[in-house]
Amino acid sequence: MMLQKLKQHQFLFSELVKRDFAKKYKRTILGMAWSILSPLMNLLIMWMVFSNFFGNNVNHYVVYLFAGQLVFSYFTDATNLGMNSLVGNAGIFTKVNVPKYLFLLSQNVSSLINFGLTLLIFFTFVAIDGIPFTWKFLLLVYPVGCLIVFNLGIGLILSALFVFFRDMQYLWGILTQLIMWMSAIFYTIDSYSYTVQCAFLLNPLYLFIRYFRKIVIDGTIPTLQFHLLATGYALAALGIGAYMYKKYNHEFLYYV
Amino acid sequence: MKTMLKVDHVSISYKIGDFKDIGLKEWTMRHLKNQYHVETFMAVEDVSFELMEGDMLGIIGTNGAGKSTLLKAVTGVMEPRGGHIERNGSISALLELGSGFDGDLTVKENAYLRGAMLGYTKDFMDETYEQILDFSELREFAERPFKQLSTGMQSRLAFAIASLVQPEILILDEVLSVGDGAFQEKSAKKMREIIDGGAATILVSHSLAQIRELCNKVLWLHRGRQVEFGEAEAICDNYESFLAG
Repeated sequence: MMLQKLKQHQFLFSELVKRDFAKKYKRTILGMAWSILSPLMNLLIMWMVFSNFFGNNVNHYVVYLFAGQLVFSYFTDATNLGMNSLVGNAGIFTKVNVPKYLFLLSQNVSSLINFGLTLLIFFTFVAIDGIPFTWKFLLLVYPVGCLIVFNLGIGLILSALFVFFRDMQYLWGILTQLIMWMSAIFYTIDSYSYTVQCAFLLNPLYLFIRYFRKIVIDGTIPTLQFHLLATGYALAALGIGAYMYKKYNHEFLYYV
Repeated sequence: MKTMLKVDHVSISYKIGDFKDIGLKEWTMRHLKNQYHVETFMAVEDVSFELMEGDMLGIIGTNGAGKSTLLKAVTGVMEPRGGHIERNGSISALLELGSGFDGDLTVKENAYLRGAMLGYTKDFMDETYEQILDFSELREFAERPFKQLSTGMQSRLAFAIASLVQPEILILDEVLSVGDGAFQEKSAKKMREIIDGGAATILVSHSLAQIRELCNKVLWLHRGRQVEFGEAEAICDNYESFLAG
């Protein structure tokens, strides 16, 4: 049903993707380079600041840091851009009858491509750091898939909320800061008690980051519960988002 | 004759109140102080009409009569609160021309985006893009950012794109009154072609002369209510004497 609709609107979707791309990068190579450079700059800064504190206790600290930064920057990029996808396209959906989630999907495509490019740089770092590539790396498809769905879901929720509450941008800015600190991007949680360590898994972002680190640095495959939790987070976010879009489909119009 | 569109006792409501552009903070405060008021406003009430193949329907009425709202329900952008709308064919709508275009994109990119919004296929756009440029007389501006175009040029492009297809139901909201004299004539001619092609058309216009010339049926709305629906000439006469006081 949804696939059929997507096929029907395939042309519109590709045109929206093109538009979002052109707007995001302002048609410059530099614009594209910048969006990859900025997480790398963040990485550099974090590495300079924290490697003295944590670098000695953590194996492959640069990769450890990068794994966190990689997941987190995709999350913030996708959700921050995605939040505007309804309000920013009000001129379209108040005039033409198109499925409203298309705007968010197309917005997410550019974030995803960004993520893909950063991921390639990540693997380059992994190689330079002397970590051997094993077949287990293929399992990374799983957290990436979950992360994509999770980001889409959060994007749906935020874009719907943003229609009703125009201060969501600021609130979300604060919330992402909080999530950043709770995701153990630059520190380790080894010194906490077992209970606290488990509590960290309540943070979906931490879970995805942990998956990357387990595979890449530790070379171990996470447990089945770990996998289920990842899928659970992704589906919960998507489910809530889809429900909001369905419920308010004809209401959004009154608020823009 | 085939019925293209059937609007059956349709009512459409808007939500009004000062809830727009507020934040979560303000929303909470107003709820706490019990100052959050949302009212339902009936923009269209109990309107019924039928459109047959080859019909050209004019919708007339003063500002705020609910004309645009009714069209939004016909295209499916809004959901009627009551009543039922039956559509027997593809609908192509030209509502408020400038909207949906993106100032930063070029004319070509906008043309494709608009075409996609109207439900055309990529192949169709590739085929007809040259025609669009010719018809809208914008060939030399094709690679320019859209925001550099004049309003008249923008609406010429919008019209050129929308009129290219043979939609089964075409909706025009205050569209023919744009462009200079020469273009108006051209677009009116194009319109007549489409109507002759068997499609049903709905036209919203404040120009009674235009309605008289083009339409065979008229729907007269006043403050959301249907005053009359039927043969064009008689209703136009009534409307004219209503306007005269």
